[in-house]
Amino acid sequence: MVIGLSHYLTVAAILFTLGTLGIFLNRKNVIVILMSVELILLAVNINLVSFSAFLGNLTGQIFALLVLTVAAAEAAIGLAILVVFYRNRGSIAVEDINAMKG
Amino acid sequence: MNVAAAFFYLFAFVLVASAFMVISSRNPVQSVLFLILAFVNAAGLFILIGAEFLALILVVVYVGAVAVLFLFVVMMLDVDFVELRQGFLQYLPVGLVVGLIFLAELVLVVGAWVTGPGVASAVASAPPSAGDVGNVQAIGRVLYTDYIYFFQAAGFVLLVAMIGAIVLTLRHKVNVKRQNISAQVARTAKTAMDVVKVRPGQGL
Repeated sequence: MVIGLSHYLTVAAILFTLGTLGIFLNRKNVIVILMSVELILLAVNINLVSFSAFLGNLTGQIFALLVLTVAAAEAAIGLAILVVFYRNRGSIAVEDINAMKG
Repeated sequence: MNVAAAFFYLFAFVLVASAFMVISSRNPVQSVLFLILAFVNAAGLFILIGAEFLALILVVVYVGAVAVLFLFVVMMLDVDFVELRQGFLQYLPVGLVVGLIFLAELVLVVGAWVTGPGVASAVASAPPSAGDVGNVQAIGRVLYTDYIYFFQAAGFVLLVAMIGAIVLTLRHKVNVKRQNISAQVARTAKTAMDVVKVRPGQGL
């Protein structure tokens, strides 16, 4: 049985669904939400790399590299914001993040 | 079933299972560890598909940097995670419905996917990606010629992220004694010493 493109796309689809499900299930925990976002970006990367490999064009891998860069920057900034928020409020529950509601 | 297919199913199964454990684990530290496992297995999938450079970058960036950052934050913040898990079951039906709808849509997309008429000729005329040169060399050739501006923009994004994280988390405590170098250098004998005349029998 030959592993084709649709196998990889199926794995990426399941991973993406698990990421969105994680955002829904852990509505109160920002850290797990950030990890779910990382899973979603990983699913996108798998899609890009598998299309790149099966179509013989390296542009997809370049795109995956850029997505990886942005994901790393996003994790760093998000966790820094989280640390500052915890210092000011003493909590990281999502429903406490309402200072801009007015 | 040949070896590559067996490894594909192994990596894919462990990837999906550890992703499930990331979102359903009780302890966020376990979530981070399962996230590391998921990324390592995704790197295995990338190696299977022939993208070695991205696989190694994935391990270096995620396992080496991002996961350690997550672990550091999880362990540094003193948060009651049990309280944060309240309502996990309450959100489960909505989450399952949305997830199932989403998965069904994605399966429909993947199932109805056909190759466009011009793709086959375009693929045939594409430059050889991994034949005479390795994956790393081929990526380097493309990255430093056609996508050099994107590469530099990515570097700029990382620079802005680094400066932003430092600016966000840096704070000066008021009661911490710090070294004031200009005050030290400007110190002379006149300011450092004070001659006090002591009268006999009275003290200071």
